[in-house]
Amino acid sequence: MNIIVCVKPVPDPEKYHLLKIDTKTKRLIREGIPTILNPCDRTAVEAALQLKETHGGKVVILSMAPLFSQDRIREALAMGADEAYIACDALFAGADTFSTSYTLMKAIEALGVRFDLILTGTESADGATANVPTQLAEWLSYPHATGVSDIEVRDGYATVRKKIEQGRIGYRIKLPVLLSVEKNAYRPRLISAMNVIGAGKKTIGILTAETLGVDECRVGLKGSPTRAGELIQLDLRRAGREISGEPEEIARRIVDIAKKSGVNC
Amino acid sequence: MDFNFTEDQVMLRKAFADFVAQEVAPKAAEWDASDTCPVELFPMMGELGILGVFVPETYGGVGLGHVERLIALEEIARHSAGLAMFVFTHQLGMAALLENGTEDQKKRYLPLLCAGEKISGLATTEPTGGSDLLGANTTAVLEEDHWVLNGRKCFITNSHLADLAMVTAKSGEDEKGRNLLTIYLIEKGTEGFGPGRKEHKMGLRGSVTGELVLNNVRIPKESVIGAVGKGYGIAAKTIGEVGRASMAAICVGILRGCVEESVKFANERIVYGKPIAKLQPIQFHIAENRLDYEAGKLLLYRAAKTKDEGKSAVAEFSMAKHFGTEAASRAAKRTIELMGAYGVIDEYPAGRFLRDALTSISSGGTSEIQRLIIAGDTLKTFA
Repeated sequence: MNIIVCVKPVPDPEKYHLLKIDTKTKRLIREGIPTILNPCDRTAVEAALQLKETHGGKVVILSMAPLFSQDRIREALAMGADEAYIACDALFAGADTFSTSYTLMKAIEALGVRFDLILTGTESADGATANVPTQLAEWLSYPHATGVSDIEVRDGYATVRKKIEQGRIGYRIKLPVLLSVEKNAYRPRLISAMNVIGAGKKTIGILTAETLGVDECRVGLKGSPTRAGELIQLDLRRAGREISGEPEEIARRIVDIAKKSGVNC
Repeated sequence: MDFNFTEDQVMLRKAFADFVAQEVAPKAAEWDASDTCPVELFPMMGELGILGVFVPETYGGVGLGHVERLIALEEIARHSAGLAMFVFTHQLGMAALLENGTEDQKKRYLPLLCAGEKISGLATTEPTGGSDLLGANTTAVLEEDHWVLNGRKCFITNSHLADLAMVTAKSGEDEKGRNLLTIYLIEKGTEGFGPGRKEHKMGLRGSVTGELVLNNVRIPKESVIGAVGKGYGIAAKTIGEVGRASMAAICVGILRGCVEESVKFANERIVYGKPIAKLQPIQFHIAENRLDYEAGKLLLYRAAKTKDEGKSAVAEFSMAKHFGTEAASRAAKRTIELMGAYGVIDEYPAGRFLRDALTSISSGGTSEIQRLIIAGDTLKTFA
C-alpha cells in the first residue's frame, strides 16, 4: 500500500509568545522562532507507519516549505518514512490554503505514483484553518474524511472513526481516499539514534515550480484569494478603581457598578 | 574552528529530548523523592540507541562517539541527574570493556549491555579512598585456572543493580614494591559476590550507590579485562575520560535547567505589577547562570571532541568536570535565591538541582583532585 503524508513545519507552539506580526504585510515574523513538525502531522505520520507495518508498501512525506525546514522533514524520515519531498520555490511564498493545496496536488501528480491513502493532520498549529486536507482532496477528486482515528484498511476500503458531539461515528470509504488524522489518534513513536543516522543518509527531493509545471497564477501570494483584514490587538489590561466610604455605601456602589455592566443582581 | 554541532547531532539531541520529555521529565521529581531507580526504562533506552550510542555497530551499538553520548546525558540530566548517573555508570563498564576487552568478551557482553538487557558498572573505590586507586586492599590471587578475590568496595553506583561488574583488585606488586591492579569481570550471582550496604544520598537520588562485597569469589582465569597488572591504567583512563566527562555532562544538564527555570520563573512571577525579569538584580542572576552554562558546555564538548579524535583528553575532562560541578552548584543556589521562597519548595526543581550538583563534586574525583590533574598538565604543557 502506498501512503503519502502531507506535513508542515510550524513555529514551535511553546514559543508563540515570541511571535510577532508584520503590521504592513500582516504576515507572521518567524525569525528566531524554532520550527517543529506540526503535531497533528506527526500523528498522521505515525498512522501511516502503523498501516505500512500491517500492509507493507511505502510511506512518502510531502511538504510545501522553505529549504531551511529540511531538518523537520528529515524527522519524519527518522520516524520510519521511506522517501520525502519538499515543494520549494520563491514563487510558493505567501500561499494561503487554496494555493497550498493546489501546489501539493501538483506535487502528488508529479510523483507519478497512485497513492492508496493520502494522510494529513487535521489542522496546522499555526494557521489552524483545517482547510488544506479537504481542498487537496477536491483538487484530486479523492473522497475524504476529516478528524479521523482508528484507520483500518481491508478489501480496498478504509474504515475510520470520528469523534462527534454525541459520541463517535464510523465511516467506510473506498480507496483511494484522503484522511485528515485527529491529533490524539495515535501516539507518535520516539526516534532512535539509529534512525536519525539512517535518515541523515536519505536524500530529500526538491520540487520547484518549474518541475511541477504549476500555473503561476495559482501559487504563492499571487495565487491566494485570501487577504488578511484588519489587525486588532485586544486590550487585556485590568482597570482598578478604589471605592472608599462606609461598608454599606461601598456595597451599594459595587451593586450599582455591576448593574451598569449588565449583571443581573 | 567549528563550535556548532552537526545536523545529525542536533537531530539526535531532539530525539533524546523527546524521549526525556515523554519518559523522564514527568517522573523525575517522584524518583528523587522516593529514591527510586527506573530500571524499567533500560530496555527502551537500549532500543533508542541511548546506552550504546558510542559503541560500534559490530557490538550492537550505534557507532557514534562520546560527543553524542554526552548530548544524551545532558538531555537526561536536564530533568533527572539521578537517571543520568545510572546510565553513565553503565556506560563506564561498557567503555572499559570496549577499549580493553577481548573480542570474545566484547561480542558476548556488549550487545546485551547496548540493548539494556544487562546492567554494568565499574567498581574501584574502597573505604581507604577513591582517587588513591593503588592503595586498594581488595586482593586477587591466581589459584590454578581461577582467580580468587577478597575485599570490599564502597560508594559504587549500580552496586545493587549491575549484572556485570568490572572490579579492580590488587593482583601483585612491581619491582619497586608498588601494588599492581587488575580489572576483573564478575557476573551477578557469582558465589561470594554481592551488594552490601546501600547508601542514602543527598543528591543524584534515583541512582543506586552502595557496597560490593567479595568473599572468596572464584572466577575463571579469562575474566580479566585487559592484561594482568594493567588495571590502574585502564581504570584511571576510563574514569578520567568517561566518568569525569559524564559528571561534567550531568552538570551541564543541571546548568541548563537553572537557566531555563530561572527564565521561566522570572517571566511568570509578578511583583509590584511587573515580571521580576524586568528587575536588574534578577537579570544579573540570569546572566550569570547563562555564563556558567555556556562555559561549562564549551569545556565539555571541546574535551569530548578531542577524545573522539583519538587524542588524550584527561586534563580537558578534568577542567570540564571541575568547572561544571562547581558552576552547577553556584547556579543552583543562585536559582533558589532568584525564586525566593518558591526556590526551596519541592514543586520547583531548584532544590534538587542544588543537591544533585553538590553530590556531583565528589564523584569521579573531588575538585581538589581535578586541580591536581589540571596543575600537572599545565606545568608540563606551559613549561
